[in-house]
Amino acid sequence: MDLISATVQWLADPAHWQGPNGIPMRLEEHVILSAISLLVAACVALPVGLWIGHSGRFSWWIVGSANAWRALPSFAVIGLLVPFTTIVDPDRGFTLYPTLIAMVVLAGPPILVNAYEGVVGVDRDLVEEARAMGMKERQILTGVEVPIALPVLATGMRSAAVQVIATATLGSTFGFGGLGRYIVLGDANQDTGELFGGVLLVAGLALVTLGLFLLLERGLTSKGLSRRVVE
Amino acid sequence: MNGEPLIRWDWLVDHLWPIAGRVEQHLYLAGIAVIVGFAISFALATVSIRRRRLYPVVTVLATAAYTIPSFALFAALVAITGISVWTAELPLILYTIILFVPNIVAGFDSVPWDVLDAADGMGYTRGQRWWRVEMPIAVPLVVAGLRLATVSTIGLVTVTAILGDSMGGLGYYILDGYHRHFTTEILVGGVLSIALAGAADITFVLAGRMLTPWAARRTESGRWT
Repeated sequence: MDLISATVQWLADPAHWQGPNGIPMRLEEHVILSAISLLVAACVALPVGLWIGHSGRFSWWIVGSANAWRALPSFAVIGLLVPFTTIVDPDRGFTLYPTLIAMVVLAGPPILVNAYEGVVGVDRDLVEEARAMGMKERQILTGVEVPIALPVLATGMRSAAVQVIATATLGSTFGFGGLGRYIVLGDANQDTGELFGGVLLVAGLALVTLGLFLLLERGLTSKGLSRRVVE
Repeated sequence: MNGEPLIRWDWLVDHLWPIAGRVEQHLYLAGIAVIVGFAISFALATVSIRRRRLYPVVTVLATAAYTIPSFALFAALVAITGISVWTAELPLILYTIILFVPNIVAGFDSVPWDVLDAADGMGYTRGQRWWRVEMPIAVPLVVAGLRLATVSTIGLVTVTAILGDSMGGLGYYILDGYHRHFTTEILVGGVLSIALAGAADITFVLAGRMLTPWAARRTESGRWT
C-alpha cells in the first residue's frame, strides 16, 4: 500500500515535528484558534440562549432562524469576510481574522439553540414549584433550569467544537495555518504522505475532542437525573 | 484591497453569463448529490428500520464521518481518483447520507404503533399500509431532512473550488477572487452562494406546507445532537 506507507513515512519523519511548519506548531495554531472561537461564541450564545429559554421572549426568533444559521456555508463566510477584515488590518485580515470570525459564527448556533432547548425542556411544573418556594427568577435559572439542562448545553458545545475543528481546515485555503495547511500543501505538491498525514491529524483531533466532550457530558449529568433516560 | 472599490459593477455586468454558468454548475453539482444521496439513504433507512440493531452502527459511523472535514475528503480523493465530477460528488453524497438517514428513520419512527395496528385491523396490505398510512405521517420529517441536506450541500459545493477551476460552482469566484485580491469576485461568489442556500431553504418550507397541509407547524428549533 503506497498510500499508507507514504503517510506513515511522512508522520514518522522527525523533520515534520519541529520548526514553524512542524506538527506541534500547526496543532497549537489549530487548537488555539478553535478554543478562542468556541469561548467567544459561548460567551455570547450561552447567556442569550439561557435567557430566551427562561423568559420565552424572542423564542420565535430562535425557532425561525436556527435552521438558516445551520445552513450558512463556512467557505463563503470566510471568503466574504476577507474584503472587510483587510480594511481593518491588511496583514492578519488576509490570513487570520476571516477564519477566526467565521468559526465564531459557526460555533454560535449549536450553543445558542441547545441552551434555549435545554431550558425550554425543563418540566414547567418544576419551575412553578421553585417559584412557589420563593426562589427568585435568577435562582430558578441557575439553581433549577441550568443543572437540569446541563447535558443538553454540553451537547451543544460538543457539536460546536467538533464542527469548528473540522471546518477550521478550510481556513488554510485562506491563509490561515493550522493542520489544514498540510492538506493544502500536500494537494499543491502532490505529496500524498503530507496530504493524508494532515487528514489523519485533523480527524484525530476532532475524534479526541468528541471523546473528551462525551466524557464531560457523562460527568455533568446530575445524579438525580442519571437514573432516568436523558436524551 | 489595493485601494480599489469593494465592488466593481462594470466587471459584474461584463461577467453576467459566466456567473449564470457557475450558478448552473452549482445547482447541478448539488442536485446530483441530493438525488443520489436520497436514494441511497432511503434504502439504508429502510434496512435500519427493519433491522434495529444496525441503526446504532449507522449513527456512530455517521458521527465519525462528520469529524472528517469536507475539505480533507475532497483533497484526499484527488490523490486517489484524480479530478472528475465524482471527486466532487462522492464526498457531497456521503454528507447528504449522514444528514438524510437519521431524519428518514425518525420520520418512520414517528408513526404510532396503534395507528399501524389499526391499519392492519382494517385489512390493509403491507404495501397499502406503507403508502397510505406510514408515508403521510413520515413525510414532514423526511422533507425536513431533504431541506437540511439540500441547503448544506449547496454550501459544501463552494468547497469543491479547491479541486480546480473546472469545479466549485460559485465557490470558484470566492477562491479566485481571494487569490487575485479582487473583492468583487469574492462578494459575487459569497453573496450568491448564500442566497442560493437561502432560496433552497425557503422553497422547501413552502413545498413542505403544500405537501402536508395537515402537519402541525414545527414548534421547536431542532437541537443539535
